[in-house]
Amino acid sequence: MEFRLPIGDWIEYFFDWVDAAFGWFFEGMRALFLGMFDAVLWLFSTPTPWIVIVLVAVGALLARGWRFAVGAVLGLAFIISVGQWDNAIASLSLVLVAAFLAIAVAVPLGIWAARNDTVSKVIKPILDFLQTLPAFVYLPPALALLRIGVAPAVIATFIFAIAPGVRLTELGIRGVDKEVVEAGQAFGAHPRRILRQIQLPLAMPSIMAGVNQVIMLSLSMVVIAAMVGAPGLGQDVMQSISALNVGLGFEAGLSVVVLAILLDRFTASFGKGMGLYSQWSKGRKARAEAAAQARFDAEDATSADVPVTAGA
Amino acid sequence: MNDDTIALRAEGLYKVFGRHADEAVIALHKGTPRDELAAGTTAAVIDASFEVQRGEIFVVMGLSGSGKSTLIRMLNGLHDATAGTVDVGGERITGIAPKRLREIRKKRVSMVFQHFALLPHRTVLDNVAYGLEIQGVEREERIARARKVTEIVGLKGWEEKHPSELSGGMQQRVGLARALAADTDVLLMDEAFSALDPLIRREMQDQLLELQAELGKTIIFITHDLNEAMYIGDRIAVMRDGRIVQIGSPEDILTNPANDYVEQFVQDVDRTKVLTAESVMRKPRAVVHVGAGPRAALTTMRDEQLAGAYVVNKNRSIAGWVSDRDVFELVRRGERDLASVIRSDHGAVSKDTALADLFIPSLEASLPLGVLDERDRLVGVIPRVTLLAALGGEPEAAVQAAPRPDPMPTEVVDEVLEAAVGAGAPEPKEAV
Repeated sequence: MEFRLPIGDWIEYFFDWVDAAFGWFFEGMRALFLGMFDAVLWLFSTPTPWIVIVLVAVGALLARGWRFAVGAVLGLAFIISVGQWDNAIASLSLVLVAAFLAIAVAVPLGIWAARNDTVSKVIKPILDFLQTLPAFVYLPPALALLRIGVAPAVIATFIFAIAPGVRLTELGIRGVDKEVVEAGQAFGAHPRRILRQIQLPLAMPSIMAGVNQVIMLSLSMVVIAAMVGAPGLGQDVMQSISALNVGLGFEAGLSVVVLAILLDRFTASFGKGMGLYSQWSKGRKARAEAAAQARFDAEDATSADVPVTAGA
Repeated sequence: MNDDTIALRAEGLYKVFGRHADEAVIALHKGTPRDELAAGTTAAVIDASFEVQRGEIFVVMGLSGSGKSTLIRMLNGLHDATAGTVDVGGERITGIAPKRLREIRKKRVSMVFQHFALLPHRTVLDNVAYGLEIQGVEREERIARARKVTEIVGLKGWEEKHPSELSGGMQQRVGLARALAADTDVLLMDEAFSALDPLIRREMQDQLLELQAELGKTIIFITHDLNEAMYIGDRIAVMRDGRIVQIGSPEDILTNPANDYVEQFVQDVDRTKVLTAESVMRKPRAVVHVGAGPRAALTTMRDEQLAGAYVVNKNRSIAGWVSDRDVFELVRRGERDLASVIRSDHGAVSKDTALADLFIPSLEASLPLGVLDERDRLVGVIPRVTLLAALGGEPEAAVQAAPRPDPMPTEVVDEVLEAAVGAGAPEPKEAV
């Protein structure tokens, strides 16, 4: 009488088969993820924390201005003072690796979807699926294929975070003024050139919003990723649950918040023209343009001297 | 039908959006109206055929939804034609490989857009140089050429600004400069001036006509504004519901509308701006030759009952005019040469003068306004009644206009009035 669709069995068979058939592939993937993670972690853990903080502060100054730099220093000092520095840089490394991979896949995919309606139609439900499936569900198959540790955390984070990158890239490129794209076509530009010179620059704010979202979603996976053995702040959060250690949980949790704010503000400032760097580059560009204009005007004045006295 | 003089030819062009486009074309070809096509199928352009001469401004005029924007986009392959062919400079551009099509767009056809379509992240100069950049011209040279064109369109001093710093009219000048800099034979202008306010629009139209006179490009101009079409167009194609309903010169369309739709459309047009002196002038009733003596001149004027006549040279170019009284004097004195009484203030206008510009000359001229061709030959005259009749839309009415009766001689009237005062009649009101 009882009818049951054995979806769970099927999926299990499927992953068993994948593991058997492509085990070598996942071994390679695991090695790659681990290598990337270790490299980034080495970068952050080799210098003493204070050097890292100074570098971050300088970066913050260039990207957004002095207020953000002060905030960044205070936030990182807080992390050190609660003894979460090592966990924090482990989490940060994991986030950066996963977000980097997600962006590296999401942006080209978004561009492809923007240029091809069929691709867009196929990708859309897949993204919906990835975004709505509870994040925990990615962990068991990732665990099965990549074993415990950093690798399954990276792949689960990657899958969880990729959707907004694809969507916002596609949206940005599709949102570029149709007439401007037509102008490129009308003057005989190659589609690749239109993409590079018109669509990507004009879609950049939207793409950067996508990058920001990818990084934020990656960070939100940090705690969950700890369940498959990824090192970082999530480990202490998990521990605080099992040991009902309220204090430790909050210390780790607040460190996640600090990281989140830092990453969000950093990525949100890309391409927005804030901070010292953009001021400096804007000033340089404006000076170059003013100089060119002055040169043109000077040339005009000298050439105008001959027939008429330089009046205008 | 010489191919050298034809810059662009479209034949049997169809554009159908949606599914079953080919079937729709066959149905349309058989005469099915476009609103009876299957659902989801839209016919934007139906059986459009025309030729554009080199150096001509060809205007496609129609209301929104008439298919004119789709039509212009088929002329450079931005839209594929569902059926039919387009030739640019003798080369077919429908159904060719994308690479070849890009070549043609680079070298043969450029385009100006309704909302300017400038690259917002580039300076004015880099925008103008865009077409040259695509063509692969070296930076030094393209900057030099772009500067020249920027100056021609009147944007000198703005080269290094960004489009957002410019007003709408200036932005469209950049758009125009970009198209001109590409140095193509054919220029497509898609509602190029429609987004500008009226004063700027008129200024741009004048500038376009000036540039056209100088550069001699072939321009295909899309507009929904009939006055604009009449003002700049050498020929106009009127579109309605995807079909071209009439192609002709502005005067043609105004005076011989092909159907009720066109007639309704043109009824609001300011005729005085479109019609020219040539289209309303009459044959001069009497012309005196310089060589003819005073007696012959006086005879001509008497026969035609005229108070004066234009005098022309042997080659029919105008020499001036004479009044009957002066000639009468000459005859009385027995002189044989007309030259001494010819007055040069004839005030004649060229035959291309718009009606609107005829009123003042017509008032100032002593005779019916003379009309000259490009070699100053007197080809016609415009009596004031004819001008009035043309304004009313019925030039023929002038023929029936009765001559204005001459007033009675003053002394006769005075006599009667004085007699009436003597009889005790009320004081007459002062005449104006």
